[in-house]
Amino acid sequence: MNLTLKIWRQKNAKTKGKFESFKLNDISPEASFLEMLDILNQQLIDEGKEPVAFDHDCREGICGTCGLYINGRPHGPERGVTTCQLHMRKFKDGDTIVIEPWRAKAFPIVRDLVVDRSAFDLIMQAGGFVSVNTGNAPDANSSPIPKLDADRAFEAAACIGCGACVAACKNASAMLYVSAKVSHLALLPQGKVEAAERVQKMVAKMDELGFGNCTNTYACEFECPKNISVSNIARMNREFLSAKLFAEKPSPIDMGD
Amino acid sequence: MSLAGLFLITFLLVHLGLNLTLLFDKSREVFNLAAHFMATNPLIKVFEVILFGGILIHIFWGITLFFQNRAARPQQYYVSNNSQQSVFSKYMIHTGVIILAFLVLHLMDFWFKAKFIGGMPEVSIDGKTYEDMGLLVVEKFKSPIFSAIYVGFLLLLGFHLDHAFQSALQSVGLNHSKYTPFFKAFSRILAIVITVGFIAIPVVVYFTFPS
Amino acid sequence: MSVLDSKIPDGPISQKWTQYKADAKLVNPSNKRKLDVIIIGTGLAGASAAASLGELGYNVKVFCYQDSPRRAHSIAAQGGINAAKNYQNDGDSVYRLFYDTVKGGDYRAREGNVYRLAEVSNNIIDQCVAQGVPFAREYGGLLDNRSFGGAQVSRTFYAKGQTGQQLLLGAYSALNRQIAKGTVTVYSRRNLLDIVTIDGKARGVIIRNLVTGEIERYFGHAVVIASGGYGNVFYLSTYAMGANASPAWIAHKRGAYFGNPCYVQIHPTCMPVHGEYQSKLTLMSESLRNDGRIWVPKNKKDVERIRRKELSPNDIKEEDRDYYLERRYPAFGNLVPRDVASRAAKERTDAGYGVNDTGLAVYLDFKDVIARIGKEAVAAKYGNLFQMYEKINDENPYETPMMIYPATHYAMGGLWVDYELMTTIPGLFAAGEANFSDHGANRLGASALMQGLADGYFVLPYTLSNYLADEIRTPRMSTDLEEFVKTEQEVKDRVEKFTAIKGTESVDSFHKRLGKIMWDYCGMGRNAEGLKKALALIPELRKEFWKNVRVPGGNDYYNPEIEKAGYVADFLELGELIVRDALHREESCGGHFREEYQTEEGEALRNDNDFAYVAAWEYKGENSIPELHKETLKFEAIELKQRNYK
Repeated sequence: MNLTLKIWRQKNAKTKGKFESFKLNDISPEASFLEMLDILNQQLIDEGKEPVAFDHDCREGICGTCGLYINGRPHGPERGVTTCQLHMRKFKDGDTIVIEPWRAKAFPIVRDLVVDRSAFDLIMQAGGFVSVNTGNAPDANSSPIPKLDADRAFEAAACIGCGACVAACKNASAMLYVSAKVSHLALLPQGKVEAAERVQKMVAKMDELGFGNCTNTYACEFECPKNISVSNIARMNREFLSAKLFAEKPSPIDMGD
Repeated sequence: MSLAGLFLITFLLVHLGLNLTLLFDKSREVFNLAAHFMATNPLIKVFEVILFGGILIHIFWGITLFFQNRAARPQQYYVSNNSQQSVFSKYMIHTGVIILAFLVLHLMDFWFKAKFIGGMPEVSIDGKTYEDMGLLVVEKFKSPIFSAIYVGFLLLLGFHLDHAFQSALQSVGLNHSKYTPFFKAFSRILAIVITVGFIAIPVVVYFTFPS
Repeated sequence: MSVLDSKIPDGPISQKWTQYKADAKLVNPSNKRKLDVIIIGTGLAGASAAASLGELGYNVKVFCYQDSPRRAHSIAAQGGINAAKNYQNDGDSVYRLFYDTVKGGDYRAREGNVYRLAEVSNNIIDQCVAQGVPFAREYGGLLDNRSFGGAQVSRTFYAKGQTGQQLLLGAYSALNRQIAKGTVTVYSRRNLLDIVTIDGKARGVIIRNLVTGEIERYFGHAVVIASGGYGNVFYLSTYAMGANASPAWIAHKRGAYFGNPCYVQIHPTCMPVHGEYQSKLTLMSESLRNDGRIWVPKNKKDVERIRRKELSPNDIKEEDRDYYLERRYPAFGNLVPRDVASRAAKERTDAGYGVNDTGLAVYLDFKDVIARIGKEAVAAKYGNLFQMYEKINDENPYETPMMIYPATHYAMGGLWVDYELMTTIPGLFAAGEANFSDHGANRLGASALMQGLADGYFVLPYTLSNYLADEIRTPRMSTDLEEFVKTEQEVKDRVEKFTAIKGTESVDSFHKRLGKIMWDYCGMGRNAEGLKKALALIPELRKEFWKNVRVPGGNDYYNPEIEKAGYVADFLELGELIVRDALHREESCGGHFREEYQTEEGEALRNDNDFAYVAAWEYKGENSIPELHKETLKFEAIELKQRNYK
């Protein structure tokens, strides 16, 4: 198939970017979207031009590195897939495809279609963990966990941190991402211990980093390649409200860290 | 935001209930008595302050969220498709601002006039004199342009409400695999009931009431 | 006498690790703060090591090429992680896991290391559950297990088909906790360009910031390489696109010996190649072999009609199907180890029974299990894998059998390390897939996750402390020392050389050509003639690369072509060593199958008299032949036997 690509080019975070158009011929419908971009880049290198920079790594939909805003939708027209799992059979011969990077204040552009998502790491560092040292664990089967809870925790933990939720949200809100981690840990007895503290710290960090607010448009759920549910956002709201309302202040002589 | 919104929904329901009496009681007696009660009862006066507080909070947060959210994406997309499942949810600030304009107009027409401008028609019920608020309503709605504007605004209110109720529940953390589908349906029904109810008044007045 | 000392503690096999821990030197808490540890890579081994060492109080700096430590390719491991918990009451034990791993590795692994691995496997599961890893559970709330190849017990813990993801996120969360506490600093989008040695000890690294192109220097009292395996030397593999051998190769060039490079695992169940433009092969988890049955048609006539799409596989009658694994290995059936399953698929397709248009695919069929337990139960077990298959191939595996073919998946070989995971450079350690230690000539399924976490959580904290205990008097060194400055200049020259060549052929194109040589002559089946040919072709290709590669753009901003050029330049050297190792090892074992050495039935024929050793290669300079050192493998707890899965 023959395609016209309209791709955002930008040298780094400080310079202004613009769209550049490319013609691409004889693309197999069996090729993946990123393989199509590989072909484009090979063509650009052969012409002595600089290839288009885009993020990608595992190319099997799990590392969360790839993320392109394709024709107005994160990860393209197909639901429940990452960009690397999208195949050209979802497009038609003669199509024009507009490719943009994720756009959010908290995700500055590194180059072309590559953005810096380290804000996601900072949120996790604020509290996305269970405080347990190596070697301290009791036997794995010492506390049974209802299968339904374990399954729901897993579904939330399946988040790959790609940022499509932020990209899709008209407010560039990170609520789905943060709530997935809050939910995952809040649903398990191991995570329950620190739940109240965790949700407050993670939400505060998220707000500080300049993500937008949730106005419940549910675009995030619709575009999430891993189908993470907005019920996680409700759970986080619940956890957050109850932590704010009922959690006691830390004791003034608390010597812990 | 959500709590203020939920509060405003309850107000709308009370307001609708009172207004609908106009349609069923052509003498406007019940309506006028109720209007009088609402205007004079000290408890209601307290609620009036709370109500305005609620509106202000709702407006304040609405606008704050709008600006915060806009700042979260300084550069817009070149192509952006509607990927959300709820269409109206994307336009809450837009419908909200128009509704605010409508609210001002609405208050000027009725509440402001009764309270500060005066010159209200009067009516006597059981020997006592009351302001004939009902007559004011009926007279206003006999104007086709006025009624059409009202209907238009009320439709926007409906769109606003369609998202409102279930969204408010989600925001306070009420989401459950069993009940959420029901709440979503209920939210839409509530929006339709409120909108149709309010729209019924100008429409019925315009077409059926004698001039 | 070999120069290699594996430092295996004395005593009976079950007491070695206990004895080691009892004897190991410790570092007191106030001294730990003064000691810096550098870790390259944030996969299971790197992240778990960084977190655990941070918890102990060391000052840890960890580097990854990805934009976040959470994206290391451990995340893509699907099936599960082994542990000898015996929760199923089916006869498992530490000894049996140890035995299965040594046997699965075709008796080319070091007994002491493997026993330790089996020993700590149970602690790993406990640790992960405590971190909140949502393993699959049964309705009673206790952990569930599944079966994997090469074992007759169910000992694999899993989280749907995303076990690696969940374990890595667990390690990542432990890492985040230490970052918040300030004991660990993460440097992402960074590439290792060189290792600095001072007085023979590893003392620091030279790093390139991929975003700005700046070259940075970091000091460490010890350096850990946890950068994964080198399977991308084949170009097409199940590895991530960015997975590279450069840190290990750099260590090798600085003096660390490279162990058993020819042991590369070809995984039997991957999606077949479908076009020239293909960039990557996707794995379908080995767990599918629990319930899927592998077959090709019995009759060539049917094969041809299937290839012409005149027949659907569902049209082939039961008696016309050749379930070749069940036929050849009735005891283990579809659950034979990976090397055996891969070779059996190659044998059938070489004989002309491949079922897709390239003739390089076999069927993996779920018809029977769907009939037995129902579509829903199958979906609960493998739903995400089936969905992934459908997305990529546009075919519904609930209705038509999957098409699969072997692909490069894992490197058993790697940096030679002793029992303490230290390479032949003092102070330079290697963990996870980057070292050679635990899997012998073939790795069993669900053992890579186990090894990565064992090394990081439970081994390195002891062995690294044992080394660092002698370093407490070494103050932090300035990175302005001559050794740092000199090493930095060398790597700068190399980076600038890439962009200065201005040739005509892209980096990817060279990589593809190397991959083809490797796959054709050093893939699933190898012979002396082909290997010799490869040994001539690779240096030629390397020469051409340095003359004619085209690396567009500059080196002072984000330019992925530069990092790729570095990876491929290293692959072009490593590829030659792999071939050399494969040529020297005149036997067949595990992932290394020399066609000259097979039994009459076509099974791998080992030669324990001449080759029961680890081949550790010493780098001797750019155009010199590396020197082979042998570490003889002693089997005390297990008797050396020909593997038998029949």
